[in-house]
Amino acid sequence: MAILGAINPMLSLGLDGDNAWRLADYVKRGGYSALKRILAEKMPQEQVINEVKKSVLRGRGGAGFPTGLKWSFMPRSFPGEKYVVCNSDEGEPGTFKDRDILRYNPHSVIEGMAIAAYAMSATRGYNYIHGEVWEIYTRFEEALDEARAAGLLGENILGSGFNFDLFAHHGYGAYICGEETALLESIEGKKGQPRFKPPFPASFGLYGKPTTINNTETFGSIPFIMSLGGEHFLEAGKENNGGTKLFSVSGHVNKPGNYEIPLGTPFSTLLEMAGGMRGGRKLKGCIPGGSSSPVVPGEIMMGCTMDYDSIAKAGSMLGSGAVIIMDESTCMVKALERLSFFYYEESCGQCTPCREGTNWLYKVVHRIENGQGRPDDLDLLASVTANIMGRTICALGDAASMPVQSFIKHYRDEFAYHIEHKKCLVPLEVQRAGSGFFKATV
Amino acid sequence: MLEIEIDGKQAQVPAGSTIMDAAQLLGAYIPHFCYHKKLSIAANCRMCLVQVEKAPKPLPACATPVTNGMKVFTHSELAIKAQKGVMEFLLINHPLDCPICDQGGECQLQDLAVGYGGGASRYQEAKRVVFHKEVGPLISMQEMSRCIHCTRCVRFGQEIAGIMELGMANRNMHSEIQTFVGRSVDSELSGNMIDLCPVGALTSKPFRYSARSWELARRRSISPHDSLGANLTVQVKGNKVMRVLPRENEDVNECWISDKDRFSYEALNSPERLSKPVIRVDGALREVEWNVALDYVSHALKDIAQNHGGEAIAALASPHSTLEELHLLQKLTRALGSGSVDFRPHRRDFSADGKRAGTPWLGMKLSEIKDLDAALVVGSFLRKDHPLFAQRLRQLARKGGKVSLLSVTADDSSINVHARLTVSPAELVLALGGVVKAAARQKGVAVPSGLELVEPCASGKAIAESLLQGEGEKGKRAIFMGNVAEQHPQATQLHALALELAKLTGASVGFVGEAANSVGGYVAKALPTALDGYEMFAQPCKAYLLLGIDPEIDCHNPQQAVAALKQSALVVSLSSFKSGAALDYADVLLPIAPFAETSGTFVNAEGRVQSFNGVVRPLGDSRPGWKVLRVLGNVLALPGFDYDSSEQVRDEILPEGGVFVAGLDNGLDSGLSDLTLAPGAAASGLQRIADVPIHFADPLVRRAPALQQTRDAALPAARMSAATLAQQGVAAGSQVRVKQAQGEALLLAVADETVPAGCVRVAAAHASTAALGDMFGAISVERA
Repeated sequence: MAILGAINPMLSLGLDGDNAWRLADYVKRGGYSALKRILAEKMPQEQVINEVKKSVLRGRGGAGFPTGLKWSFMPRSFPGEKYVVCNSDEGEPGTFKDRDILRYNPHSVIEGMAIAAYAMSATRGYNYIHGEVWEIYTRFEEALDEARAAGLLGENILGSGFNFDLFAHHGYGAYICGEETALLESIEGKKGQPRFKPPFPASFGLYGKPTTINNTETFGSIPFIMSLGGEHFLEAGKENNGGTKLFSVSGHVNKPGNYEIPLGTPFSTLLEMAGGMRGGRKLKGCIPGGSSSPVVPGEIMMGCTMDYDSIAKAGSMLGSGAVIIMDESTCMVKALERLSFFYYEESCGQCTPCREGTNWLYKVVHRIENGQGRPDDLDLLASVTANIMGRTICALGDAASMPVQSFIKHYRDEFAYHIEHKKCLVPLEVQRAGSGFFKATV
Repeated sequence: MLEIEIDGKQAQVPAGSTIMDAAQLLGAYIPHFCYHKKLSIAANCRMCLVQVEKAPKPLPACATPVTNGMKVFTHSELAIKAQKGVMEFLLINHPLDCPICDQGGECQLQDLAVGYGGGASRYQEAKRVVFHKEVGPLISMQEMSRCIHCTRCVRFGQEIAGIMELGMANRNMHSEIQTFVGRSVDSELSGNMIDLCPVGALTSKPFRYSARSWELARRRSISPHDSLGANLTVQVKGNKVMRVLPRENEDVNECWISDKDRFSYEALNSPERLSKPVIRVDGALREVEWNVALDYVSHALKDIAQNHGGEAIAALASPHSTLEELHLLQKLTRALGSGSVDFRPHRRDFSADGKRAGTPWLGMKLSEIKDLDAALVVGSFLRKDHPLFAQRLRQLARKGGKVSLLSVTADDSSINVHARLTVSPAELVLALGGVVKAAARQKGVAVPSGLELVEPCASGKAIAESLLQGEGEKGKRAIFMGNVAEQHPQATQLHALALELAKLTGASVGFVGEAANSVGGYVAKALPTALDGYEMFAQPCKAYLLLGIDPEIDCHNPQQAVAALKQSALVVSLSSFKSGAALDYADVLLPIAPFAETSGTFVNAEGRVQSFNGVVRPLGDSRPGWKVLRVLGNVLALPGFDYDSSEQVRDEILPEGGVFVAGLDNGLDSGLSDLTLAPGAAASGLQRIADVPIHFADPLVRRAPALQQTRDAALPAARMSAATLAQQGVAAGSQVRVKQAQGEALLLAVADETVPAGCVRVAAAHASTAALGDMFGAISVERA
């Protein structure tokens, strides 16, 4: 069982047994009833989109853009091919929810994509699956086969005259391919590099055709919105933050894993569900929305509720819902060094500020961590991040800068100590005690 | 139209324009690297970030579309801060080795660093090192650490040259520009990447480290090679041509030149240059003074005219000669009493002469190609024969124009073609006839007589269909006759069929022309009234005047040409070079100046008159060809040779002046009346297909060392399809003896599926195949 805990779950409801992912089980749980009803009633496209708008479902991939609004940008009457694309290129450190959705509830995504395709007059869809979770890809292919065999995909679905073909496409593990336009380039067989926008995918997307790209969890939520009604979905969460959401809790907790909770649930409740802090230590900081979101100090985090608005108020982002918990044994310089290395490594190298800047950031943080820091390094980091942010083709430059800015902002004394004393403020034995890897020696 | 205000200056721009377009319109400079007006927008250098009112962050001017009422600030605090920030990033890993960099002095990064760079670097870490790459003889990629990843070279390959030869491998700061593993850059337009590179990453291999850009004088010239007449800037140091760059002319070469335009200058300083007049005395060649040589020629010509009649003299010029040289040569020859003068040594079928309605030309302006809906190119090794003309067709196809090819090999044209029909040379007429017939049928009109037995194939029908689309609208469809169509033994039939197809479809007919003065030769009337360029060797003459030509390489049938020259009493060769064969048969060698050392005029394919001056003094004792012919006329005491300048000669040919020559017309007086096409008439044995490889096409490129090391200058081989190889019982990779008439050549057999069945592709214009005969016709292959 993948979802370790839930409050009023939707996506993770009833996922018991080894066959929960199969079509038969999904149908038993009420699956495909929404699609069947829409097709049988020949529900107007506008009504489907309105229902999604009413639900205030916000994009689960990270940006939190209202899904209904995104769908309404699609030029439905535009002649020719249109595409819906599912972004399952889950590569952000800390995020591991989409793989579980695809592993345990793949048909919810298939149904959601079919409904989306219906609402936007698309006839083809792709699910781009991260290359490092191969077994998820093969499972999704199996689920597709089941859906095709049952006539839920393909030509003239359920005799309605609606055609929709869905294909799985696996990447090779590049983080940047999670950026929607890089993902499109990658599906097209090109090097995964973001396109500059405008034009946006809604007008010039996959193969130059109108395209809507949503996250796996977003598509997975659609069947619930359509069967429960948009308002009911909204009420499941809180105002302006509709529905429940999966949170991938990792780090210094006793039970790291995925948890489905209504948006607006207090952070403390989530922390409790995850078994509380490991070793009973104090929460030092939390990265609430995947590694690119700014870190939030523990005391502020404890006062937050898990929804887009509350986290934004705390100066961070709910992002993809990847909650990284760091206790007091964490050296924040080392943590930042690891994050900066990730963004340097994953920069696509296309545009100047990101290509050169991420490398520069990593080198400076690496230097500080290794006792080579210089007095003006913190100002230098601030200046370099300012030169990256807002000047790049895609958001990776921002994603690389925000951790640096927030870590220095909240833990400046630790960085300063590192630079001055050439060693860590958190004693090494404390770090080792907290790491979990050095148990034998301490 | 949209209103935009940039730095307080207002302008109106059409919808779809970017801020960069508007800025250029207003003359406001926005710093940039990756942006280039002829390439797609990449927006990756981020140097052109500007402030836009109401936008929260700076936006790239090259990629941001103008919206109505937009206010842009290119030098506001926000914009300058962004630009300086990007410049710092560009410089942190750049080696800053300007003092030893070839690009120094003409480097965009260097120039912009003065304005936007800091005095010292805040970057204290180790700099990136990028390994050098070996990509062939033309482009140096020795210092790739200088690369700023603007991808102009990559986009040039994808979009302009049509082959993606360079790409950006790896990611993050380890991104590097490289070829596909181990490949070299071989496109015939590759040198343009050197111009496009905004830093010193891609530099010219032949020019490297030979001069600094500020030491060079810039002089204007015109390319003497293909029929496009590319405009050149020739850079000179002292009295030496150091390099050649494109001179932008949107109507002709845009901002590009082909590699042979760019690198042929190396031959100007070749050790093979002829620098003094030479005459044969008692069987040995001896250097003499000009007056001695010209006296000798004058006496010898007079003797032959007296003893054998003027008609025993024949004159053959290279179509790469200037208009003035061609005019004086024909004037001199006619004054000596001979009508045997020609400038088309590669031609076989001259039956159109005397029936032409005017001067054959492209049929349209080069700049009109982009407006076509459909084009058919008949008989051409398109990319190699006409690199920049092919580039224009490539752009046409990219924008949705239907470009079709009917030719004798299926070479990669790097054009997204609509339809392609590849047939043996013997079937070329039949295939074009098929297209004509398909067009007539699709249009529902009577099939022209003579085509009753022809049956069009599917590709032929598709070609006809594309040419018929939107019929009636003028200037939307064109038929272009390539070099093969002109060199073909039934060139006039092809011409007549093209005219017939044009009549049915409303398309224009044009000749692309093989050389710089393929139109100019007609204008200069360097045309035979007696023996033509082929017959003058088939029926040996007593004396030959050769102008800028190596007949053993440049003729349709070199075997026959050399035999005729060897038996003649007098061969006078006006040439810039001494070639091995000429030393054997020539009695007099007169050194004439190549294009860089003489004034003159080329008339390009569209009839554009492009005059130029010499950019350096003639080497040694060589003299401009027009002066040599003028003095020879004086020594022969012929009337009308008293010119003071090449302009006087030109004005005699073109008294009306003007940018384009008058009388351009591709019509033929007689139509298809005497033509009957019957399938199955094709020859049964093996046929030869001869191309003129791009870097053997004229005496200059043949002697340019860097060009001679390219893949395009590889030794000719006997290329056949695998089936034909098997039929002949030879294995690919083995030596074969190729025979034509009395001549033979030992060549390597190569399997090549682009060659139609029953054909062998053996390149002309090379010493190793000079012993062979006609470019098209029967040939045999046997194991060596």
